[in-house]
Amino acid sequence: MTVPVTWQDVAALLPEFFLVVWASALLLLDVFWIREKRTTAWLSALGFVVALVLAVGQMGRAPLLAFRGMVIADAFSVFLVALFALSGLVGILLAQDYLARNGIERGEFYVLLMFSVVGMMLMARVADLVMIFLALELFSLPLYVMTGFARPRADSEEAALKYFLLGAFASGFMAFGIALVYGATSTTSLPHMVDVIQAGEADLALLTAGAALVLTGLGFKIATVPFHMWTPDVYHGAPSPVSGFMAATAKMAGFAALLRLFVLVFPVVADLTPVLWALAALSMVLGNVAAIAQRNIKRLLAYSSIAHAGYMLSAAVAFADPHLGPQAVAAILFYLVAYVLATFGAWGVVILLERRIGQEGLLLEDYAGLSRQYPGLAAAMAVFMLSFIGVPPTLGFFGKFYLFRVVLDAGFVGLALIGVLTSLVSAYYYLRVVMLMYMKPGEPIVRREPRVQATVLAAAALTLFLGLTAASSLYAWATEAILRFG
Amino acid sequence: MVPTSFYIFLAALLFTIGAVAVLVRRNTLIIYMAVELMLNSANLAFVAFARQFGDISGQLFVFFVITIAAAEVAVGLALIVTIFHTKHSVDIDAMHELKG
Repeated sequence: MTVPVTWQDVAALLPEFFLVVWASALLLLDVFWIREKRTTAWLSALGFVVALVLAVGQMGRAPLLAFRGMVIADAFSVFLVALFALSGLVGILLAQDYLARNGIERGEFYVLLMFSVVGMMLMARVADLVMIFLALELFSLPLYVMTGFARPRADSEEAALKYFLLGAFASGFMAFGIALVYGATSTTSLPHMVDVIQAGEADLALLTAGAALVLTGLGFKIATVPFHMWTPDVYHGAPSPVSGFMAATAKMAGFAALLRLFVLVFPVVADLTPVLWALAALSMVLGNVAAIAQRNIKRLLAYSSIAHAGYMLSAAVAFADPHLGPQAVAAILFYLVAYVLATFGAWGVVILLERRIGQEGLLLEDYAGLSRQYPGLAAAMAVFMLSFIGVPPTLGFFGKFYLFRVVLDAGFVGLALIGVLTSLVSAYYYLRVVMLMYMKPGEPIVRREPRVQATVLAAAALTLFLGLTAASSLYAWATEAILRFG
Repeated sequence: MVPTSFYIFLAALLFTIGAVAVLVRRNTLIIYMAVELMLNSANLAFVAFARQFGDISGQLFVFFVITIAAAEVAVGLALIVTIFHTKHSVDIDAMHELKG
């Protein structure tokens, strides 16, 4: 028997196909031909640029199920695929100088990063439970290796092991949850599943149990409380560019699958609404409160990323409401853009100030006096911190505005209140960084790495500029990225 | 014929044993074995459901899970070997470099 693969199938996954071929070729070229690791970095960056162009070329097309209903190219996935391609590019720009100066630049890093991005892109494309599991593993496995890339440094190895063990634990939950969902609906294809559920033929008890287990598995990936234990240690021990890349993109990938599953397929398991409510509330409270006590900037950003997962999850609590589902998706996509920009920027600053890998230049005190010597960098960092808090006119303010509006429309006043109050709490530790940079005297030592500096400044400019001028049009764009099957 | 629910109860039991073992055991190799147990309990549930529905896609999934588990072993054992070189131990309590 032959399985027909049409050009239409390939066209639906063109950015992913291109990246896989490019990455595989690069892996060989890096071993046999390329002498300078720099060349590998540039070639992989070029690959991401091409993938971005291909993804943009997919915009505005009708939704298309491909590969016998395994994947879907709809507006939602194309939006995220473009964002992932851009993130991959930024990830390479941030990593290159850092790896070189710490003597851990090996060509496979860039290839692993490309494979990981392909996995994330597929997370946005899933139309079948098989694909969710495969995509999740495809983006996770390279990340485990990248976390341990600074071997034989003990902290990097330890972070990799912790991330791996908990990641594998989470995929166990994922697999068993998927098995139960399959048992409840007798299909792994998500569009079929929607039909079965709407016809009332699904076993609801089994479906709810399965959805809860899948939520646990994804909860590990997006780092919500109580599945967050690994986050501070892993972000702390991993090489800083890897931490920044993970903080930004792994969360996006997790939310992509979570939104598609819960908004599109599982609205019927409304029993899980209180569970999501609790996860969101706990993440916001614990993430922000624990961040206050941190003296290490990497751990501070790790706890802050947990809190931001909580903010985004609070909009996802409205998943069971058919009218608010699309709004929640748009608000979360918008917030992801704001979060990713500020996260990449802030981690870029961390990379510039880190002197010896994992040892010096990572404490908050090391940021004292930054504004005196490097006013541009300090201003950029201040913009990221303000965007994290949600101060107008940064992009983060509009992100929180749209998120909390959905939460309020859904009638979860308590949750919105927790969100606003914890944002106030977060102002304490974010503003402490700003205060240290502007008020305390100090002699910070900063790397002169034009690529990282340019990335940081560009992220700051976008955070401010998009917030000032284009927030509503960006939100309108996100609103068009509706989840659909066919 | 053994009813499907028996298989599912057995799978749930195996899954629970695996999950608890991950949380209580201290040796990373044992923890990884427990994770494998969790994945295989999912496999058992899949084939049981697939037989009940007379549907091939559930059995197909099992092959993917087995493949993924193999890929995970490759990465995981490499990590464990590397960390054994550094620390001369694979005990989870020996991992105390990272604290807040």
